[in-house]
Amino acid sequence: MIMEPILEIRGLRKEFKDFGLKGIDLKLDRGYIMGFIGPNGAGKSTTIRLIMNLLKKDGGEIKIFGKDHVKYEQEIKNKIGFVFDENHFYEELTVSEMKWIVAPFYRTWDEAAFNKYIRKFELPLKKKIKELSKGMKMKFSLAIALSHNAELLIMDEPTSGLDPLIRSELLDILSDVIQDENKAVFFSTHITSDLDKIADFVTLIHNGEIILSMAKDDILNNYRIVKGGKEILNSDIRKIFVGIKENQFGFEALVKDKNQVKSRLGDKIHIEKPTLEDIMLYHTRRAQNA
Amino acid sequence: MNIIISNSSDKPIYEQIAEQIKNLIINGELKEGELMPSIRSLAKELQISVITTKRAYEELERSGYIVSVQGKGSYVSAQNKELLKEARLRIIEEKLAEAVSAAQVINMSLKELIEILEVLYEDTK
Repeated sequence: MIMEPILEIRGLRKEFKDFGLKGIDLKLDRGYIMGFIGPNGAGKSTTIRLIMNLLKKDGGEIKIFGKDHVKYEQEIKNKIGFVFDENHFYEELTVSEMKWIVAPFYRTWDEAAFNKYIRKFELPLKKKIKELSKGMKMKFSLAIALSHNAELLIMDEPTSGLDPLIRSELLDILSDVIQDENKAVFFSTHITSDLDKIADFVTLIHNGEIILSMAKDDILNNYRIVKGGKEILNSDIRKIFVGIKENQFGFEALVKDKNQVKSRLGDKIHIEKPTLEDIMLYHTRRAQNA
Repeated sequence: MNIIISNSSDKPIYEQIAEQIKNLIINGELKEGELMPSIRSLAKELQISVITTKRAYEELERSGYIVSVQGKGSYVSAQNKELLKEARLRIIEEKLAEAVSAAQVINMSLKELIEILEVLYEDTK
């Protein structure tokens, strides 16, 4: 078993006029699924494009399969299955024609695997790409991505615009991929409910900075949503909240460690497990602690 | 073998799994030497993170309920017979305590309760 991370990013920087990635660090080991979450404009797509060298970085280091992503670009891309939100296929070609164009780019193209996925996803070989629904296009991208023995799947918002049924099917497919502990999946999305179940690790990015990157279980086992009446709020209590929402009838807040509140506030409050969406919202909302 | 997870429980999922598997082993539903599902297939079936199932198995191994063999998988370990028997005795005591309370509610005598026990033993022969 290979021990080095399958994807490793250190100090990644990219400057644009109004926005920038300010030194991104993240690491993903083989055998796991990492969800990359953040609001629109947080830097998810930029990060992925930099990983794939579709954009040139301004600083930092990116290693895939232990190798520099620019120096060994060809070799690396052979083993990466890439699924984008916008697809880059020629709309006038049929599914089958498109495959004939793409397949030769991969040294390890597996025609049998491709046919298996075509059957499984019920993709019509003779249909033009432009006639496929959004969901079918995504499945086609995925079929290509899974048909050349890729070890790392990188997906940029693959499920946006898709209905819950298709999203659930995609998650099942990813579960299957990860049965092989030599493979890994890096998957950006703003639909965090997709990751609540399936993700092993979650990285949250906001305004070009990594806010947190840890095992999903550790997040959901320790962070808690706390609800109660506003009379119990004072400056000390507010300090322990990551973020707080107040309304006419009470408050709702996020704490990083459930033990911080249980002993102090115990029966004066209601405590709940957060979802990843809560985690994202509380870390990124504009109104922070008062 | 049934494993049912509650998302709303405060108990971490890995603990729920470890506990349920422990009970299956104590009850004998999972037998000594039996091969456990792999952590990955269990994660896929339950639709949870493989890190969770890994933790559950680590917990089970730490408490001596299972043994993991590199490259092969995890097996129900040869149970310490004394410990298992004690665990079973505790369960029996609990259940009998329930029967006793129920009997006392309707003022049933010990003799009548024992009669019921005897009939039940006969029936299962």
